[in-house]
Amino acid sequence: MNRYPAWKYIIIVVALLLGALYTAPNYFGESPALQVTSGKSTVKVTGELMTQVEQILTKENVKSEGVTMDGAGNLASVRVRFADPDTQFKAKLVLEKDLNPDASDPAYIVTVNLQANTPMWMQKMHALPMFLGLDLRGGVHFLMQVDAKAVLNKKVQGVQSAARSVLRDKNIRHAGIERVGDSVQINFRDAETRLKAKNVLSDQMSELAFADAGEGSDLKLNITLKPAALKATIDEGVKQNISTLSKRVNELGVAEPLIQQQGPDRIVVQLPGVQDVARAKAIIGRTATLEVRLVDETIVPGTELSSAIPFNSELFTVGKGVPVVLAKDVILTGDYISSATASFDQNQQAAVSIDLNGDGGRKMREATRERVGKRMAIVLFEKGKPEVLSVATIQQELGSRFQITGMGGAENANELALLLRSGALSAPMTVIEERTIGPQLGAENIAKGFHSTLYGFIAIAVFMIAYYMLFGAFSVLALATNLLLLVGLLSMIQVTLTLPGIAAIALALGMAIDANVLINERIREELRAGNTPQAAIAAGFDRAWATILDSNVTTLIVGLALLAFGSGPVRGFAVVHCLGILTSMFSSVFVSRGVVNLWYGRKKKLTTLSIGTVWVPGTSK
Amino acid sequence: MEFFRIKKDIPFMRHALIFNVISAVTFLAAVFFLVHKGLHLSVEFKGGTLMEVKYPKAANLEGIRGTLIAMGYEEPGVTSFDTARDVMIRLPVEKGVSAANTSQRVFESLCKAEQGATKAIDTVTAKGEHVLKSACMDAAGSEAVVLQKVEFVGPQVGEELAQNGLNALVVVIIGVMIYLAIRFECKYAVSAIIANLHDVVIILGFFAFFEWEFSLTVLAAILAVLGYSVNESVVIFDRIRENFRKQRKATVHEVIDSAITSTISRTIITHGSTQMMVLSMLVFGGQTLHHFALALTIGICFGIYSSVFVAASIAMWLGVKREDLIKPVKEKDETDGAVV
Repeated sequence: MNRYPAWKYIIIVVALLLGALYTAPNYFGESPALQVTSGKSTVKVTGELMTQVEQILTKENVKSEGVTMDGAGNLASVRVRFADPDTQFKAKLVLEKDLNPDASDPAYIVTVNLQANTPMWMQKMHALPMFLGLDLRGGVHFLMQVDAKAVLNKKVQGVQSAARSVLRDKNIRHAGIERVGDSVQINFRDAETRLKAKNVLSDQMSELAFADAGEGSDLKLNITLKPAALKATIDEGVKQNISTLSKRVNELGVAEPLIQQQGPDRIVVQLPGVQDVARAKAIIGRTATLEVRLVDETIVPGTELSSAIPFNSELFTVGKGVPVVLAKDVILTGDYISSATASFDQNQQAAVSIDLNGDGGRKMREATRERVGKRMAIVLFEKGKPEVLSVATIQQELGSRFQITGMGGAENANELALLLRSGALSAPMTVIEERTIGPQLGAENIAKGFHSTLYGFIAIAVFMIAYYMLFGAFSVLALATNLLLLVGLLSMIQVTLTLPGIAAIALALGMAIDANVLINERIREELRAGNTPQAAIAAGFDRAWATILDSNVTTLIVGLALLAFGSGPVRGFAVVHCLGILTSMFSSVFVSRGVVNLWYGRKKKLTTLSIGTVWVPGTSK
Repeated sequence: MEFFRIKKDIPFMRHALIFNVISAVTFLAAVFFLVHKGLHLSVEFKGGTLMEVKYPKAANLEGIRGTLIAMGYEEPGVTSFDTARDVMIRLPVEKGVSAANTSQRVFESLCKAEQGATKAIDTVTAKGEHVLKSACMDAAGSEAVVLQKVEFVGPQVGEELAQNGLNALVVVIIGVMIYLAIRFECKYAVSAIIANLHDVVIILGFFAFFEWEFSLTVLAAILAVLGYSVNESVVIFDRIRENFRKQRKATVHEVIDSAITSTISRTIITHGSTQMMVLSMLVFGGQTLHHFALALTIGICFGIYSSVFVAASIAMWLGVKREDLIKPVKEKDETDGAVV
């Protein structure tokens, strides 16, 4: 009766092998590596760059240990591993030189860091080392909150100017538009005009709510933002900031930066390995500026490089080396742009729609009225370096809403809209939480966590074996399996391991032994009652099972509650706590039974069990 | 080895009153200290800045305090921990002082006090790792103060964390009660929760009395302990149910006594093993895990006491009966084999 069918053993073996496979990457250590990221808003990291890097390294005869592509979107990077720091250093010089023809304006940033030394075949199976939290590896963590009030403010301003221009375009006469708190109030002389205005406005701007007020000849129309629209605006701001931050963080050359939305209006930024908070903050808080300028038409296109640049013009390059001369006078700065979205024009061509707020419409009109048919450019200044995003021909007099067309596909339109927004739209944020951990402290924390688990485990192992003899050894084996599976599982799902997480591993082990104690005590009890050894084993495991299940459910409830309400370090604790319960049920019941069955199951004439002293009342021993 | 050579069931329930009085007294003392002294909440809950700095030689705490007071902090908390060279600085959120850059300004002042200057360092270590940090260098070119750790929590975050902590506690209590009520019966759920909540209050009482810092990790420990002690009650209740089935003639009193007696060895061994692990954390885990391990230790000790002595006796006083646990249908199941 104490035998497992073969499939149960197969499950155990498979689980153990998987556990071992996914635990293994944690032991390979790290090797020196280089990371190539985009250095400009307009440069994207793609598979092409990967081949380029490979070619450069082969050409220059620098031996690499593997080139990989990592991350996606703005956080994409190409990573190259090397055998030793010397090669790493050599490769850095080579790559920097060859990837950036113009050293003063680098298109790519090459930074050094360490990368996990996991063999390729393991990486392919997603067997990666555990992701260490900041408290274990050192670094900075910021929690930033978007200033909802400022976002609302800007939005209302935009609504006000948009309403003004729409009414003017449609020739609807009003008696003044003013801002009252968070709403815009338009005055009218008669109800008919008001109704007309309302219809026109609601046609053009779907995100607004209208309310009539006033009577007689003093009629008012109150315009407020629908709550959903406000939420969407904040959400957009957060998304925008995340994308802007991702680009900037590249500059720091951080190996595994984390930039994530948390809740409706917060962003978490984690930069492992960075200790320089001041610099990190400066980079994060930096604002890029956007300028709209006119193209200097006195220079004949094609001769920009050879002709003398007029005194109040400047030479810029568009994309990869197309020169353009722009006037120094700025028509508009990014502050006036209230939104930039990808859309389609009346010919179904990809376009970017731009909305201006405040005085923007007026300035635009003045600048473009006399210049239909001429060209206009939008320049993004970041770190003091200009980047011409678009050069377009002015087709008509432009107001506070206009479109840029002719950039090709919808993808380009999206990209341009994003770049336009990155220069102007980032919603203001404040740091509401900051953590910095020195790398030394991180290493100490790992050692402390590791030692507490190790010595605790040894103490439990010694006691269990001394007290329960062979059954104790089985229990320890089950506990070791538990540890292996837990670490394997944590690595597999790439949970961020923190110090409280390690504490949870230790605690999970300390609590998991409970199941084995229950089983062993139960078996002893059955023996004491006079059962045969085989019957005692069967009854012990079966009866203990119900209890184990019950007690684990209560622990699981705690884990889930912590997971739902915990934040930061407590979440890490909760994840490990919950997973630990699951692995412990498997290992302490299923695996230990398997081992016991393997050992005792086939012995038909079993007379004693090695489970320590079974003391029966009434006997002297 | 066998620690527990118990010849007869120990009459625990005869002394139930005494156990409960002891428990009640400890509980009241804990409540008294909680009300009187209050919890010493960490920055996470209160908001503020916590910094850990390391000096090359024993730190001059008074000097540091002076520097901070000169910066405009009225009551800076400056203490040393681990060694005399490690200093922990706690700064509350103060009106008028921008909280966001506190750590930078404080570090710069501390650096100046040591006749050093902050400098941005951007190097690659021998292993090939990129290090970016702002260090405080003195004239001789060595680091005069090393910033080990900064934790800044804005006041609004602190309030949220406290609220979330409370929510988690309430959810745990409700969840556990529902589970026990379904699995056993209402009376058991009530008695288990009373017994174990009283542990929680006692742990909090200890934290208030000794002025230990109450942080998020401590809260996690307390909730973990709550779940763990409920386990304990579950094991005993399970046994009580089993005994109600087996010992048909025994009184409720005797059933409970025998259930506790037969599980006591498991209770002590399990808790002992868990405590070994916790002790290891207390000894080797360093400062971060210190209070976590302390909370667990107290929780484990009182957990044994409350689930063994208090939960069962409350259940007894609430009037548990054989019929509560053994449904008639189940009885039939048991005799299935006999009735052919």
